[in-house]
Amino acid sequence: MSILIGAQTRLVVQGVTGREGEFHSRAMLEYGTPLVAGVTPGKGGQTALDGRVPVFDTVDEAVRETGANTSCIFVPAAGAPDAVMEAVSAGIETIFCITEGIPALDMIPVVETVRAAGARLIGPNCPGATSPGTAKVGIIPGSVHREGRVGVVSRSGTLTYEAVQAMTDAGIGQSTCVGIGGDPIIGTTFLDVLQLFAADPDTAAIVLIGEIGGSAEEQAAAWAAENLKGTPMAAFIAGRTAPEGKRMGHAGAIISGGAGTATSKVEALEAAGFRVAGSPTELPALLREAGFGG
Amino acid sequence: MKIHEADAKELLVAQGLPVPPWTVAQTPAEARRAAEGYFADGADRVVVKAQVLVGGRGKAGGVKLAGTPTEAEAVASAILGMDIRGMTVRKVLVGPAADIVKEYYLSAVLDRSERRILVMGSAEGGVEIEQVAAEHPEAIVTLHADPLLGLLDHQARAIAFALRLGQHWKTGAGIAKGLVRTMLAYDADLVEINPLAVIQERGDDGQPAERLVCLDAKVTLDDSALPRHPDLERYRDLDEEDPTDRQAREAGISFIKLDGTIGCMVNGAGLAMTTMDLVKRAGGEPANFLDIGGGARHERVAAAMRLILDDPKVNAILVNIFGGITRGDEVAHGLIEARAQQTREVPMVVRIVGTNAEEAGRLLREARFETATSLDEAAEKAVAASRGADA
Repeated sequence: MSILIGAQTRLVVQGVTGREGEFHSRAMLEYGTPLVAGVTPGKGGQTALDGRVPVFDTVDEAVRETGANTSCIFVPAAGAPDAVMEAVSAGIETIFCITEGIPALDMIPVVETVRAAGARLIGPNCPGATSPGTAKVGIIPGSVHREGRVGVVSRSGTLTYEAVQAMTDAGIGQSTCVGIGGDPIIGTTFLDVLQLFAADPDTAAIVLIGEIGGSAEEQAAAWAAENLKGTPMAAFIAGRTAPEGKRMGHAGAIISGGAGTATSKVEALEAAGFRVAGSPTELPALLREAGFGG
Repeated sequence: MKIHEADAKELLVAQGLPVPPWTVAQTPAEARRAAEGYFADGADRVVVKAQVLVGGRGKAGGVKLAGTPTEAEAVASAILGMDIRGMTVRKVLVGPAADIVKEYYLSAVLDRSERRILVMGSAEGGVEIEQVAAEHPEAIVTLHADPLLGLLDHQARAIAFALRLGQHWKTGAGIAKGLVRTMLAYDADLVEINPLAVIQERGDDGQPAERLVCLDAKVTLDDSALPRHPDLERYRDLDEEDPTDRQAREAGISFIKLDGTIGCMVNGAGLAMTTMDLVKRAGGEPANFLDIGGGARHERVAAAMRLILDDPKVNAILVNIFGGITRGDEVAHGLIEARAQQTREVPMVVRIVGTNAEEAGRLLREARFETATSLDEAAEKAVAASRGADA
């Protein structure tokens, strides 16, 4: 098993005929992801990806015709919040929003609507998720993965690939890797993903990759301290040397007033039983030190 | 994007909030003329405030009172051109000095962990709110606006009563709603009034009258939303933007200059910070944070290289690319192109993995670039190159 995506996934890609949408949909198909439909308003009735994927005008139609239950959004920022709302109203359970540059305030009512509908949103501005060997949704290169039992959750994109590659190179596979996104307002937090991993029988260890700014890592650590005793856990926090008050690219990664510093996060994680790495390449060794044998 | 107090006040006024009059002056003579007008309207004194995008201007001597137009001119002359935490003052705000009865604090801010707008108020205004929060957390009232409907009337009233605004509670509730309205109208991530103040004025009947007003204003705008507010671009202060920062912004690159000697070029903010951390761990000092963003083409790579080389302290460069959306060969082409154009020789260590990394490796080897396989190795090589250049 795995979390968020797996054998039960039936994926619809919103924005399937756009440049990014098409490129990454192809990679998802090649990985073996059950990509059953695409949506591009005005192109309903056509096919995408060399005739392999039917295109619909609306998500609702895609759901009715193909039984899609998961969506991946590549729609540009101006239309992405509405794309999430469309997915929710069509009954999609799990929505990945890859789009970056969405104004933060646009996401407040969207996140609330997703929550009220009992659906789940991952992102926006996230790389997606992979359950190695089964399905990949989003833009994480499939080649970095290996099947296994470590659950990985991260706020970053390329840093996630780096860390996962290091694990794969060391022979440590993953159950699911989830990139939750670096925006100020996101649908799924570190804490949410830890709870999913805790309930997943196929996840035996956890890697958390955080960044300076905000307090999401600390909140996740507090929960882990109580609920993940005995689970081998390792973490990495980016931005130990970042100066205070500077916005480091992500809207998420800004330290102000002493809160959200690397030190506060490292301390919270260590207190919760995580082994914190000085470099992503140290994560495999730390997992083994923590008792992970897989 | 940060904007000046005077511009923030313009936005508040546009949303119907009470703000005492002000004038922006760029020369002492303009300040004098503005002051003359306020004295003619019956002001006892005027205030002259530096317009800079950093905090602490009061402590730095950037806010002064004046009792006559001549004094206002002299004060403006002293403040204009003043350096406040690295920012040169080019504009001052001139307004009638308020006769303050009581000061409050009120703000609306994006609360990331609750994923809502947080309205925060305190009856202890005019001071550092962080200090109040640390010493007297009970003196701060907080409330989350409804995620679908915004700040509701009863919520606004609750804040006004909690602040003990007395006869001014209705105005206070209106201001609270106005802050959230301002946030939503312009996609601000912060709208802060410190102080919100009860001031004494002469009423229409000539008798003293109290009024609740926004005496100061601080607004920061969500950069992601600026494309849909082209009219707000006029508030961007190009004088206060470092030329390098502007170059970076226009090229679509996230760039922050630091003090070290090793220039870094990376794709992705998290990986860029990690690269800096590893440079530091290997005993070096990063010269910058630089994220070329997703899917960068060779032109953007070349622009990034120019930004790095513009810093004379840079004596080694570390390029770290984990290709996903970004194609390694595209970056390699950009590096080769940039090196052909560059005006000085700086040792460079390049690590490209992920999408099209093999092609990138071939291009780089042919062009005789120093390459590295792992991130740690790349950082160590860059630090060694920097030391070698130093010796």
